[in-house]
Amino acid sequence: MTADLVAGYALRIGDDALIAAQRLAEWSARAPEMEEDIALSNIALDQLGVARSLLSYAGLLAGADDPSAARDEDALAFGRDDHEFRNCLLVELPNAGPAAAPGTPGDFAVTMAKLLFVATYQHLLYERLSASTDEQLSAIAGKARKESAYHRDHATQWTVRLGDGTPYSHDRMQAAVDDLWPYTHELFTDDPLTRGLAADGVGPTPSALREPWLATVDLVLSEATLVRPVDGWAPTGGRDGRHTEHLSYLLAEMQVLHRAHPGASW
Amino acid sequence: MSARDAVAAVVDPEIRVITIEELGILRDVSEEPGGTVRVTITPTYSGCPAMDVIRSDIRQALADAGYPDSEVVTQLRPAWSTDMISESGRQALATAGIAPPTPAGPVLVPLAVRCPRCGSPDTEELSRFGSTACKSLWRCRACAEPFDRVKPL
Repeated sequence: MTADLVAGYALRIGDDALIAAQRLAEWSARAPEMEEDIALSNIALDQLGVARSLLSYAGLLAGADDPSAARDEDALAFGRDDHEFRNCLLVELPNAGPAAAPGTPGDFAVTMAKLLFVATYQHLLYERLSASTDEQLSAIAGKARKESAYHRDHATQWTVRLGDGTPYSHDRMQAAVDDLWPYTHELFTDDPLTRGLAADGVGPTPSALREPWLATVDLVLSEATLVRPVDGWAPTGGRDGRHTEHLSYLLAEMQVLHRAHPGASW
Repeated sequence: MSARDAVAAVVDPEIRVITIEELGILRDVSEEPGGTVRVTITPTYSGCPAMDVIRSDIRQALADAGYPDSEVVTQLRPAWSTDMISESGRQALATAGIAPPTPAGPVLVPLAVRCPRCGSPDTEELSRFGSTACKSLWRCRACAEPFDRVKPL
Protein backbone atom coordinates (compact mmCIF):
# COMPACT_ATOMS: atom_id res chain seq x y z
CA MET A 1 0.00 0.00 0.00
CA THR A 2 1.52 3.26 -1.06
CA ALA A 3 1.15 6.26 1.20
CA ASP A 4 -0.33 8.43 -1.54
CA LEU A 5 -3.35 6.15 -1.94
CA VAL A 6 -4.12 6.38 1.77
CA ALA A 7 -3.47 10.13 1.60
CA GLY A 8 -5.95 10.44 -1.27
CA TYR A 9 -8.52 8.53 0.71
CA ALA A 10 -8.02 10.55 3.91
CA LEU A 11 -8.43 13.68 1.78
CA ARG A 12 -11.77 12.48 0.40
CA ILE A 13 -13.40 11.66 3.69
CA GLY A 14 -11.69 14.59 5.42
CA ASP A 15 -13.09 16.95 2.77
CA ASP A 16 -16.56 15.41 3.27
CA ALA A 17 -16.36 16.29 6.98
CA LEU A 18 -14.87 19.75 6.39
CA ILE A 19 -17.46 20.87 3.84
CA ALA A 20 -20.30 19.35 5.89
CA ALA A 21 -19.01 21.35 8.88
CA GLN A 22 -18.93 24.59 6.91
CA ARG A 23 -22.50 24.15 5.65
CA LEU A 24 -23.80 23.32 9.14
CA ALA A 25 -21.96 26.31 10.60
CA GLU A 26 -23.94 28.58 8.26
CA TRP A 27 -26.87 27.96 10.63
CA SER A 28 -25.04 29.49 13.59
CA ALA A 29 -27.18 32.34 14.93
CA ARG A 30 -29.80 31.61 12.22
CA ALA A 31 -31.34 28.30 13.32
CA PRO A 32 -35.10 28.07 13.97
CA GLU A 33 -34.63 27.95 17.75
CA MET A 34 -31.87 28.31 20.33
CA GLU A 35 -31.51 24.57 21.09
CA GLU A 36 -31.23 23.82 17.40
CA ASP A 37 -28.67 26.54 16.90
CA ILE A 38 -26.50 24.90 19.56
CA ALA A 39 -27.13 21.41 18.18
CA LEU A 40 -26.15 22.30 14.61
CA SER A 41 -23.06 24.17 15.80
CA ASN A 42 -22.06 21.22 17.98
CA ILE A 43 -22.43 18.81 15.08
CA ALA A 44 -20.44 21.17 12.86
CA LEU A 45 -17.72 21.22 15.51
CA ASP A 46 -17.55 17.41 15.63
CA GLN A 47 -17.31 17.30 11.84
CA LEU A 48 -14.58 19.93 11.89
CA GLY A 49 -12.63 17.96 14.50
CA VAL A 50 -12.67 14.82 12.39
CA ALA A 51 -11.75 16.86 9.30
CA ARG A 52 -8.73 18.31 11.12
CA SER A 53 -7.49 14.83 12.08
CA LEU A 54 -7.99 13.43 8.58
CA LEU A 55 -6.51 16.40 6.71
CA SER A 56 -3.52 16.51 9.06
CA TYR A 57 -2.93 12.83 8.32
CA ALA A 58 -3.37 13.32 4.55
CA GLY A 59 -0.89 16.20 4.65
CA LEU A 60 1.62 14.17 6.64
CA LEU A 61 1.40 11.23 4.21
CA ALA A 62 1.87 13.58 1.26
CA GLY A 63 5.39 14.14 2.58
CA ALA A 64 6.20 10.43 3.02
CA ASP A 65 8.57 10.30 0.04
CA ASP A 66 9.46 13.95 -0.27
CA PRO A 67 9.29 15.94 3.01
CA SER A 68 8.90 19.19 1.09
CA ALA A 69 5.53 17.94 -0.22
CA ALA A 70 4.06 17.65 3.30
CA ARG A 71 1.26 20.13 4.05
CA ASP A 72 -0.52 21.00 7.25
CA GLU A 73 -4.29 21.01 7.82
CA ASP A 74 -4.58 24.76 7.21
CA ALA A 75 -2.75 24.60 3.89
CA LEU A 76 -5.13 21.86 2.77
CA ALA A 77 -8.30 23.52 4.02
CA PHE A 78 -7.54 27.09 3.01
CA GLY A 79 -4.96 26.82 0.26
CA ARG A 80 -6.66 24.59 -2.28
CA ASP A 81 -8.95 25.65 -5.11
CA ASP A 82 -12.34 24.03 -5.77
CA HIS A 83 -11.05 21.46 -8.30
CA GLU A 84 -8.56 20.18 -5.70
CA PHE A 85 -11.29 19.24 -3.21
CA ARG A 86 -12.39 15.61 -3.15
CA ASN A 87 -15.63 15.76 -1.16
CA CYS A 88 -18.86 14.25 -2.44
CA LEU A 89 -21.33 16.66 -4.09
CA LEU A 90 -24.00 16.05 -1.44
CA VAL A 91 -22.17 17.91 1.35
CA GLU A 92 -21.50 21.02 -0.75
CA LEU A 93 -25.14 21.56 -1.80
CA PRO A 94 -26.59 24.75 -0.29
CA ASN A 95 -28.74 24.55 2.83
CA ALA A 96 -31.61 25.84 0.69
CA GLY A 97 -31.37 22.88 -1.71
CA PRO A 98 -29.53 21.90 -4.90
CA ALA A 99 -31.28 24.42 -7.16
CA ALA A 100 -31.01 27.41 -4.82
CA ALA A 101 -29.36 30.64 -5.90
CA PRO A 102 -26.39 31.78 -3.80
CA GLY A 103 -27.48 33.58 -0.64
CA THR A 104 -30.94 31.97 -0.40
CA PRO A 105 -31.78 31.40 3.30
CA GLY A 106 -31.43 27.80 4.49
CA ASP A 107 -34.23 25.25 4.41
CA PHE A 108 -34.28 23.26 7.66
CA ALA A 109 -35.85 20.20 6.00
CA VAL A 110 -33.02 20.09 3.45
CA THR A 111 -30.44 20.33 6.24
CA MET A 112 -32.05 17.47 8.18
CA ALA A 113 -32.43 15.23 5.11
CA LYS A 114 -28.81 15.88 4.22
CA LEU A 115 -27.64 15.21 7.79
CA LEU A 116 -29.63 11.97 7.87
CA PHE A 117 -28.02 10.78 4.63
CA VAL A 118 -24.49 11.95 5.46
CA ALA A 119 -24.38 10.92 9.13
CA THR A 120 -25.83 7.47 8.44
CA TYR A 121 -23.15 7.00 5.78
CA GLN A 122 -20.38 8.33 8.01
CA HIS A 123 -21.44 6.16 10.93
CA LEU A 124 -21.26 3.00 8.80
CA LEU A 125 -17.99 4.13 7.22
CA TYR A 126 -16.29 4.98 10.53
CA GLU A 127 -17.51 1.74 12.08
CA ARG A 128 -15.74 -0.24 9.35
CA LEU A 129 -12.72 2.05 9.24
CA SER A 130 -12.17 1.58 12.96
CA ALA A 131 -11.03 -1.95 11.99
CA SER A 132 -8.75 -0.59 9.25
CA THR A 133 -5.27 -2.05 8.76
CA ASP A 134 -4.10 1.57 8.76
CA GLU A 135 -3.41 2.47 12.41
CA GLN A 136 -4.12 6.18 12.19
CA LEU A 137 -7.32 5.89 10.12
CA SER A 138 -8.52 3.28 12.56
CA ALA A 139 -7.83 5.54 15.57
CA ILE A 140 -9.55 8.58 14.00
CA ALA A 141 -12.57 6.53 12.93
CA GLY A 142 -12.85 4.77 16.30
CA LYS A 143 -13.40 8.16 17.88
CA ALA A 144 -15.59 9.67 15.14
CA ARG A 145 -17.88 6.62 15.06
CA LYS A 146 -19.37 7.35 18.46
CA GLU A 147 -19.96 11.03 17.67
CA SER A 148 -21.62 10.31 14.31
CA ALA A 149 -24.23 8.13 16.04
CA TYR A 150 -25.47 11.28 17.82
CA HIS A 151 -25.62 13.17 14.50
CA ARG A 152 -27.61 10.41 12.84
CA ASP A 153 -30.03 10.18 15.76
CA HIS A 154 -30.60 13.93 15.76
CA ALA A 155 -31.46 13.92 12.05
CA THR A 156 -33.67 10.87 12.54
CA GLN A 157 -35.72 12.59 15.25
CA TRP A 158 -36.33 15.67 13.09
CA THR A 159 -37.06 13.70 9.93
CA VAL A 160 -39.72 11.71 11.78
CA ARG A 161 -41.15 14.77 13.51
CA LEU A 162 -41.43 16.79 10.30
CA GLY A 163 -42.38 13.92 7.99
CA ASP A 164 -45.06 12.64 10.35
CA GLY A 165 -46.12 16.16 11.37
CA THR A 166 -48.53 18.48 9.61
CA PRO A 167 -49.40 18.07 5.90
CA TYR A 168 -47.23 21.13 5.25
CA SER A 169 -44.16 19.85 7.14
CA HIS A 170 -44.64 16.45 5.51
CA ASP A 171 -44.55 17.96 2.02
CA ARG A 172 -41.49 20.07 2.82
CA MET A 173 -39.63 17.04 4.23
CA GLN A 174 -40.59 14.86 1.26
CA ALA A 175 -39.45 17.55 -1.18
CA ALA A 176 -36.08 17.75 0.60
CA VAL A 177 -35.61 13.98 0.45
CA ASP A 178 -36.56 13.97 -3.25
CA ASP A 179 -34.19 16.82 -4.11
CA LEU A 180 -31.18 15.28 -2.37
CA TRP A 181 -31.69 11.61 -3.18
CA PRO A 182 -29.83 11.64 -6.54
CA TYR A 183 -26.71 12.90 -4.79
CA THR A 184 -26.59 9.97 -2.35
CA HIS A 185 -25.47 7.52 -5.05
CA GLU A 186 -22.03 9.08 -5.22
CA LEU A 187 -21.35 7.96 -1.63
CA PHE A 188 -21.52 4.35 -2.74
CA THR A 189 -19.58 4.55 -6.00
CA ASP A 190 -16.43 2.41 -6.24
CA ASP A 191 -13.35 3.47 -8.17
CA PRO A 192 -9.77 2.20 -8.53
CA LEU A 193 -8.65 3.98 -5.36
CA THR A 194 -11.32 2.47 -3.09
CA ARG A 195 -10.93 -0.96 -4.71
CA GLY A 196 -7.20 -0.89 -4.07
CA LEU A 197 -7.65 0.17 -0.47
CA ALA A 198 -10.36 -2.43 0.14
CA ALA A 199 -8.06 -5.17 -1.17
CA ASP A 200 -5.51 -4.20 1.47
CA GLY A 201 -8.07 -3.94 4.27
CA VAL A 202 -7.59 -0.17 4.62
CA GLY A 203 -11.19 0.84 3.94
CA PRO A 204 -14.54 -0.63 2.92
CA THR A 205 -15.76 -0.78 -0.66
CA PRO A 206 -18.24 2.13 -0.86
CA SER A 207 -20.82 0.02 -2.73
CA ALA A 208 -20.89 -2.44 0.20
CA LEU A 209 -22.19 0.32 2.46
CA ARG A 210 -25.33 1.00 0.44
CA GLU A 211 -27.33 -1.96 1.71
CA PRO A 212 -26.89 -1.25 5.43
CA TRP A 213 -27.36 2.47 4.69
CA LEU A 214 -30.67 1.78 2.93
CA ALA A 215 -31.77 -0.44 5.81
CA THR A 216 -31.40 2.46 8.26
CA VAL A 217 -32.70 5.19 5.96
CA ASP A 218 -35.72 3.10 4.87
CA LEU A 219 -36.68 2.58 8.48
CA VAL A 220 -36.53 6.31 9.20
CA LEU A 221 -38.42 7.26 6.03
CA SER A 222 -41.19 4.80 6.73
CA GLU A 223 -41.56 5.94 10.35
CA ALA A 224 -41.70 9.49 8.98
CA THR A 225 -44.44 8.44 6.51
CA LEU A 226 -42.15 9.50 3.67
CA VAL A 227 -41.63 7.72 0.36
CA ARG A 228 -38.18 6.59 -0.74
CA PRO A 229 -37.53 8.24 -4.14
CA VAL A 230 -37.01 6.09 -7.21
CA ASP A 231 -33.34 5.69 -8.17
CA GLY A 232 -32.48 7.46 -11.39
CA TRP A 233 -30.17 10.35 -12.14
CA ALA A 234 -26.95 9.90 -10.13
CA PRO A 235 -24.55 12.83 -10.47
CA THR A 236 -20.90 12.18 -9.53
CA GLY A 237 -17.57 13.94 -9.99
CA GLY A 238 -16.71 15.20 -6.51
CA ARG A 239 -14.11 12.50 -5.91
CA ASP A 240 -12.32 13.65 -9.10
CA GLY A 241 -12.58 17.35 -8.31
CA ARG A 242 -15.53 18.10 -10.62
CA HIS A 243 -17.92 19.97 -8.37
CA THR A 244 -21.14 21.94 -8.55
CA GLU A 245 -20.80 25.71 -8.71
CA HIS A 246 -21.95 25.83 -5.06
CA LEU A 247 -18.55 24.70 -3.76
CA SER A 248 -16.80 27.76 -5.18
CA TYR A 249 -19.08 30.13 -3.24
CA LEU A 250 -18.62 28.08 -0.08
CA LEU A 251 -14.83 28.13 -0.40
CA ALA A 252 -14.78 31.86 -1.15
CA GLU A 253 -16.37 32.47 2.24
CA MET A 254 -14.42 29.81 4.12
CA GLN A 255 -11.00 30.80 2.75
CA VAL A 256 -11.23 34.57 2.50
CA LEU A 257 -9.45 35.37 5.76
CA HIS A 258 -6.60 32.94 5.23
CA ARG A 259 -6.08 34.08 1.67
CA ALA A 260 -6.06 37.76 2.65
CA HIS A 261 -3.70 37.14 5.58
CA PRO A 262 -1.72 33.93 4.90
CA GLY A 263 -0.48 32.28 8.09
CA ALA A 264 -2.42 34.63 10.38
CA SER A 265 -2.99 33.33 13.92
CA TRP A 266 -4.44 34.68 17.14
CA MET B 1 5.61 18.77 43.37
CA SER B 2 6.04 15.98 40.86
CA ALA B 3 5.33 16.66 37.21
CA ARG B 4 2.48 14.18 37.36
CA ASP B 5 0.83 15.96 40.31
CA ALA B 6 1.19 19.34 38.60
CA VAL B 7 -0.49 18.11 35.42
CA ALA B 8 -3.17 16.10 37.22
CA ALA B 9 -4.36 19.24 39.03
CA VAL B 10 -5.12 21.13 35.78
CA VAL B 11 -8.87 21.73 35.58
CA ASP B 12 -11.06 21.46 32.51
CA PRO B 13 -11.42 25.03 31.17
CA GLU B 14 -15.11 24.60 30.30
CA ILE B 15 -16.20 22.56 33.34
CA ARG B 16 -13.96 24.06 35.99
CA VAL B 17 -15.00 21.75 38.82
CA ILE B 18 -13.26 18.69 37.38
CA THR B 19 -9.56 18.02 36.75
CA ILE B 20 -8.30 16.55 33.50
CA GLU B 21 -7.25 13.46 35.42
CA GLU B 22 -10.75 12.96 36.87
CA LEU B 23 -12.21 13.55 33.41
CA GLY B 24 -10.08 10.67 32.13
CA ILE B 25 -8.31 12.55 29.35
CA LEU B 26 -4.82 12.43 30.92
CA ARG B 27 -3.10 9.34 29.58
CA ASP B 28 0.52 9.66 30.61
CA VAL B 29 3.16 11.95 32.13
CA SER B 30 6.79 10.98 31.66
CA GLU B 31 10.11 12.71 32.18
CA GLU B 32 12.58 12.35 29.33
CA PRO B 33 16.33 12.04 30.12
CA GLY B 34 16.96 15.65 29.04
CA GLY B 35 14.41 16.96 31.58
CA THR B 36 11.57 17.49 29.10
CA VAL B 37 8.20 16.39 30.43
CA ARG B 38 6.09 14.57 27.89
CA VAL B 39 2.34 14.64 28.56
CA THR B 40 -0.11 12.47 26.62
CA ILE B 41 -3.77 13.48 26.51
CA THR B 42 -6.82 12.37 24.54
CA PRO B 43 -9.70 14.60 23.40
CA THR B 44 -13.22 14.06 24.71
CA TYR B 45 -14.78 14.94 21.33
CA SER B 46 -12.84 15.26 18.04
CA GLY B 47 -13.70 18.93 17.76
CA CYS B 48 -13.53 19.89 21.43
CA PRO B 49 -12.44 23.56 21.36
CA ALA B 50 -11.06 23.30 24.92
CA MET B 51 -8.13 21.13 23.81
CA ASP B 52 -5.90 24.04 22.82
CA VAL B 53 -6.50 25.74 26.17
CA ILE B 54 -5.86 22.46 28.01
CA ARG B 55 -2.53 22.05 26.20
CA SER B 56 -1.47 25.54 27.14
CA ASP B 57 -2.71 25.14 30.77
CA ILE B 58 -0.66 21.93 31.09
CA ARG B 59 2.51 23.65 29.89
CA GLN B 60 1.86 26.59 32.23
CA ALA B 61 1.24 24.29 35.23
CA LEU B 62 4.49 22.46 34.51
CA ALA B 63 6.43 25.70 34.14
CA ASP B 64 5.02 26.93 37.48
CA ALA B 65 6.08 23.64 39.11
CA GLY B 66 9.64 23.99 37.83
CA TYR B 67 9.47 22.06 34.56
CA PRO B 68 9.99 24.68 31.85
CA ASP B 69 10.47 22.16 29.04
CA SER B 70 7.36 20.20 28.19
CA GLU B 71 5.61 18.67 25.26
CA VAL B 72 1.92 17.74 25.00
CA VAL B 73 0.99 15.01 22.55
CA THR B 74 -2.48 13.84 21.57
CA GLN B 75 -3.40 10.18 21.40
CA LEU B 76 -6.71 9.11 19.86
CA ARG B 77 -6.73 5.44 20.75
CA PRO B 78 -8.39 4.12 22.83
CA ALA B 79 -11.13 6.65 22.15
CA TRP B 80 -12.31 8.54 25.23
CA SER B 81 -15.46 7.29 26.84
CA THR B 82 -17.51 8.82 29.65
CA ASP B 83 -16.81 5.54 31.48
CA MET B 84 -13.29 6.95 31.99
CA ILE B 85 -14.56 9.69 34.31
CA SER B 86 -13.45 8.80 37.87
CA GLU B 87 -15.75 8.41 40.87
CA SER B 88 -14.46 11.68 42.37
CA GLY B 89 -15.05 13.33 39.01
CA ARG B 90 -18.66 12.15 38.99
CA GLN B 91 -19.12 13.51 42.49
CA ALA B 92 -17.64 16.86 41.48
CA LEU B 93 -19.98 17.10 38.48
CA ALA B 94 -23.06 16.26 40.55
CA THR B 95 -22.09 18.79 43.24
CA ALA B 96 -21.81 21.46 40.54
CA GLY B 97 -25.32 20.68 39.29
CA ILE B 98 -24.24 18.65 36.24
CA ALA B 99 -25.72 15.16 36.01
CA PRO B 100 -22.92 12.61 35.57
CA PRO B 101 -23.21 10.17 32.64
CA THR B 102 -24.79 6.75 32.90
CA PRO B 103 -22.63 3.87 31.56
CA ALA B 104 -21.83 4.15 27.83
CA GLY B 105 -22.67 1.48 25.30
CA PRO B 106 -25.82 -0.53 24.68
CA VAL B 107 -28.08 -0.82 27.71
CA LEU B 108 -31.15 -3.02 27.91
CA VAL B 109 -33.17 -0.63 30.03
CA PRO B 110 -32.41 3.12 29.77
CA LEU B 111 -31.41 4.38 33.20
CA ALA B 112 -33.28 7.36 34.64
CA VAL B 113 -31.30 10.58 34.76
CA ARG B 114 -31.62 12.03 38.24
CA CYS B 115 -31.94 15.75 38.76
CA PRO B 116 -28.65 16.90 40.32
CA ARG B 117 -30.53 19.46 42.44
CA CYS B 118 -33.48 17.60 43.97
CA GLY B 119 -32.59 14.01 43.09
CA SER B 120 -35.88 13.27 41.34
CA PRO B 121 -35.75 10.71 38.50
CA ASP B 122 -38.69 12.50 36.84
CA THR B 123 -36.63 14.35 34.20
CA GLU B 124 -36.78 14.93 30.45
CA GLU B 125 -34.25 15.69 27.72
CA LEU B 126 -34.75 19.10 26.12
CA SER B 127 -31.91 18.89 23.64
CA ARG B 128 -29.33 16.24 22.83
CA PHE B 129 -26.75 18.99 22.38
CA GLY B 130 -25.88 21.39 25.19
CA SER B 131 -23.51 24.16 26.23
CA THR B 132 -20.39 22.11 25.44
CA ALA B 133 -19.75 19.23 23.03
CA CYS B 134 -19.95 16.67 25.85
CA LYS B 135 -23.24 17.77 27.44
CA SER B 136 -26.98 17.61 26.76
CA LEU B 137 -29.70 19.87 28.15
CA TRP B 138 -32.31 18.45 30.56
CA ARG B 139 -35.20 19.62 32.72
CA CYS B 140 -36.47 18.29 36.02
CA ARG B 141 -40.26 17.88 36.10
CA ALA B 142 -40.26 17.78 39.91
CA CYS B 143 -38.39 21.01 40.72
CA ALA B 144 -38.77 22.55 37.23
CA GLU B 145 -35.06 23.46 37.03
CA PRO B 146 -33.09 22.94 33.84
CA PHE B 147 -29.72 21.20 34.14
CA ASP B 148 -26.77 19.95 32.08
CA ARG B 149 -25.90 16.31 31.74
CA VAL B 150 -22.63 14.78 30.53
CA LYS B 151 -24.00 12.50 27.83
CA PRO B 152 -22.78 8.91 27.61
CA LEU B 153 -20.16 8.41 24.87
